[in-house]
Amino acid sequence: MSLSENQVSQIAHLACLSLNEAQLKDNTQNLNAIFSLVEQLANIDTDGVEPMFHPLHMLQRLREDVVSEKEQLALFQSIAPEIRNGYYLVPTVIK
Amino acid sequence: MHTKTIVELYKGLKNKDFSCVELTQYYLSRINQSRLNAFITVTDELALVQAQVADDKIALGNASILTGIPYAHKDIFCTKGVKTSAGSKMLDTFIAPYNATVSQKLNQVNLVMLGKTNMDEFAMGSSNENSFYNAVKNPWNYSKIPGGSSGGSAASVAGGLSCFATGTDTGGSIRQPASLCGITGLKPTYGRISRYGIIAYASSFDQAGVMTKTSQDAAIVLNVMAGFDEKDSTSSEQKVPDYTTNLNNSLQGLTIGLPKEFFLSGLDNEVANNIMFAVKEFESMGATVKEVSLPNSVYAIPTYYIIASCECSSNLSRLDGVRYGYRSKESKNLEDLYLSSRSEGFGEEVKRRIMIGTYALSTGYYDAYYLKAQKVRRLISNDFKKVFEKVDVIMGPVSPTIAFDLGSVKDPVSMYLADIYTLSVNLAGLPGMSIPVGFAQNLPVGLQLIGNYWSESKLLNIAHQFQLQTDWHLRIPQEC
Repeated sequence: MSLSENQVSQIAHLACLSLNEAQLKDNTQNLNAIFSLVEQLANIDTDGVEPMFHPLHMLQRLREDVVSEKEQLALFQSIAPEIRNGYYLVPTVIK
Repeated sequence: MHTKTIVELYKGLKNKDFSCVELTQYYLSRINQSRLNAFITVTDELALVQAQVADDKIALGNASILTGIPYAHKDIFCTKGVKTSAGSKMLDTFIAPYNATVSQKLNQVNLVMLGKTNMDEFAMGSSNENSFYNAVKNPWNYSKIPGGSSGGSAASVAGGLSCFATGTDTGGSIRQPASLCGITGLKPTYGRISRYGIIAYASSFDQAGVMTKTSQDAAIVLNVMAGFDEKDSTSSEQKVPDYTTNLNNSLQGLTIGLPKEFFLSGLDNEVANNIMFAVKEFESMGATVKEVSLPNSVYAIPTYYIIASCECSSNLSRLDGVRYGYRSKESKNLEDLYLSSRSEGFGEEVKRRIMIGTYALSTGYYDAYYLKAQKVRRLISNDFKKVFEKVDVIMGPVSPTIAFDLGSVKDPVSMYLADIYTLSVNLAGLPGMSIPVGFAQNLPVGLQLIGNYWSESKLLNIAHQFQLQTDWHLRIPQEC
């Protein structure tokens, strides 16, 4: 298997990243090298093996459905790039 | 003073040989004169305030062993009111609005935070060269890497810029820099220390730990950091023992497993010799050695880099230039804002792992990559289970080589190969340690100790007994 520059460009798009020409070339080469290392997994017999999504055998803990955090809008927005009247500003979506 | 352990500083503070403020000023002046680039932010004003509070506590007779001890905090732990960058341009302006549970616990015992340490961006790297704030230097040789991702923390402790440091270990990020800088590093069992407020890289692997001069110091700090936290749903309710209790237990009858897969080609000869020399030392202390096998550990690199990248592609999707962090100035529309902010804010390695994960999780490839890797992860974990039926501890190298030259490893696959002996421990979620056991070409070599789940106390005991018999952990770099 080998990834083309077109495919890598599509992956970048899905990841919300833009690559210039040199970066596209570099990433195509590097991703192909990495995925050829990954190819060796295909040869391992994993029939009937349970995937291990998590290292501990824990159940998801649940808690009472009560408010545990107080409202801290001003604090959280103090580190935002751009806000107005309590809203986060982004470039115009609908004119 | 900078060569002293926590235990020694505690005695000095108690006997009034020096005050916390004097101690803190001493460390701050060492940091200011240092060329290691170990810190991203030095919190000198805050440190002196904390030191004064600690001095007051000591004067009142309310001090604990950690009161007033100056430490360095990895810049991945949120610290309220203090920049928390995770080594990334993306978070260069991020002032954390809350404390990580670990930060809060360390504050509660009146430790003195000297600053936030340099690291590979979002903990992705094995050399500390992926930091937006430039690489950290190895205190033993300034042209060498300190290891990564907790490279700033390791260099800070080895270089005498802090008494101890915090770290996080997702694929070896505490053990490998500890090994390459000649200090003691402990990554506990997954779930032992709360992950709340630690900037996430790969959530099913990330685990905080300690980087110290000695195993005894590591036990003292772990006592404070460990424990259940309701704010972290993966935090364990397993009881926290006093980790200092068993330090002095005899190693008579200890069974050590040496996995044959950890001693194959690719392991530097001098590193191997140092490891075997240390193992002989354990034998002389009453331990017996068995060869064991972890057959699937040879697949740890592809397994880890698929799963960790998948988790990172999801975790890092929250960084979009809208609510906090870097925002590109040149955006025409909303999609462009996301694209430009992420493309300008993330470094090359982070983008690469986001793309690996995005691809491996995409329709048509999920089963072949992500699901397959999670099944191999189970096989790797089962190997450990079998081995721990026969041995008390597994020993081997941490890193296949000593610290390499800054700038010498350029392609990502070669860099990933440096993690061959540490990754399988994270895949299984087991605790692991690195302790200094010798030198090759004047650079430190670390021995890895791997224990069964929740066996931190045992690992610390084994490491402490070794450190009572040897002086590798007491060696100081010449320039420091």
